[in-house]
Amino acid sequence: MLNSVQMARFVAYGSLRMDAVVPAEMNAEALEVLGDGVPGVPYGTPLSEAYPQGSFPRRLLELPAVAGALRSLVGPEPDIDHHAVHVRLPREGQAQPLHGDAIIDVRRDAFDVQLMYYPQDVTLEMGGTLSVPGSHLRRTNESDTGRYQNLRGQDRLVCPAGTVVFLHHGLWHGGRRNDSDTVRYMFKIRFNPTVRQRRLWDTSDLADRRVARELDTTFPWYEHATGRLERYNRVLLWRALTGDDSFDLDHWVTRVSNRPQEVPA
Amino acid sequence: MTAAHNPAADLRQQVLVLYLETSGLDSPVVGWPVYDGTGRTSPTTGDSDEPPYQSGVAALRDGWRLIQAAQLIPPCPGHEYDVSFLKHEFLFEKLVAL
Repeated sequence: MLNSVQMARFVAYGSLRMDAVVPAEMNAEALEVLGDGVPGVPYGTPLSEAYPQGSFPRRLLELPAVAGALRSLVGPEPDIDHHAVHVRLPREGQAQPLHGDAIIDVRRDAFDVQLMYYPQDVTLEMGGTLSVPGSHLRRTNESDTGRYQNLRGQDRLVCPAGTVVFLHHGLWHGGRRNDSDTVRYMFKIRFNPTVRQRRLWDTSDLADRRVARELDTTFPWYEHATGRLERYNRVLLWRALTGDDSFDLDHWVTRVSNRPQEVPA
Repeated sequence: MTAAHNPAADLRQQVLVLYLETSGLDSPVVGWPVYDGTGRTSPTTGDSDEPPYQSGVAALRDGWRLIQAAQLIPPCPGHEYDVSFLKHEFLFEKLVAL
């Protein structure tokens, strides 16, 4: 399971990266499996029914680090929204525009996650996924952000084989241009929670000072003023995830919610 | 009669968009797409971690002409705390001879 500091980091960054958590023999197998394609499942299939026992996706999701993170983020038995094998061909000449998946999704107290699994070492040249830390709470629709080619502090994924990244559904991302001679594979699965996403992780460290420090992270691409609103919105999300309506960072939410009803004596 | 040479026909537009930290043109750059009408370069998403200029004014000093600046629009009532697109967008151009 994730701890509170890791969850707070997810709430701030909109992603959780786990390097090389998939063993080498599975990565080798994945290159064949993904090359052949993974049969689709109907939207909304419960996780336990989506992939046959022993199948590659099932074994991937049963890895303790992957299963623990998934359960911490969306709880037990989420539904499979969909999955896809993404292939970036060598020297294909074009990057994906920066986008959020599906359509604009403004839920404030629930979120989907997307697992992204990289079976190969990904170099900068291979065009690993571009993502923008802290962009997941922005209310934008799909590729309307396509004009933003580069943002300060963006993350151009370079990772060892077997890396798994979980993304909040709103995170801006895109497959970068593959300027190498190697085909690059990525396997994505989107999960819909089926339970309320409250305290689903190991909360024994909820009072750890690093929780607030993670939630208070700012990113180099934030405009000065909007960066404050980002923290305001993170506080609201953390309150929803913990049920603690008194939580705040630097009084951002408390100050602007203060409407005393008491009449002076 | 010979056709007069039109020098403008040999010019192509390069477009630089800078997203700045505040509405001031002298504030730091936080985002930057580039489009090249000459076809000599093919800038694309995620191709650089370092902005071409540190501020909007730095782009002016290098010869870029400002052609559009984002208006300052008050937030929609009821949505004052929402975050969405980058607000401080400045479009620049250069005309380049082929």
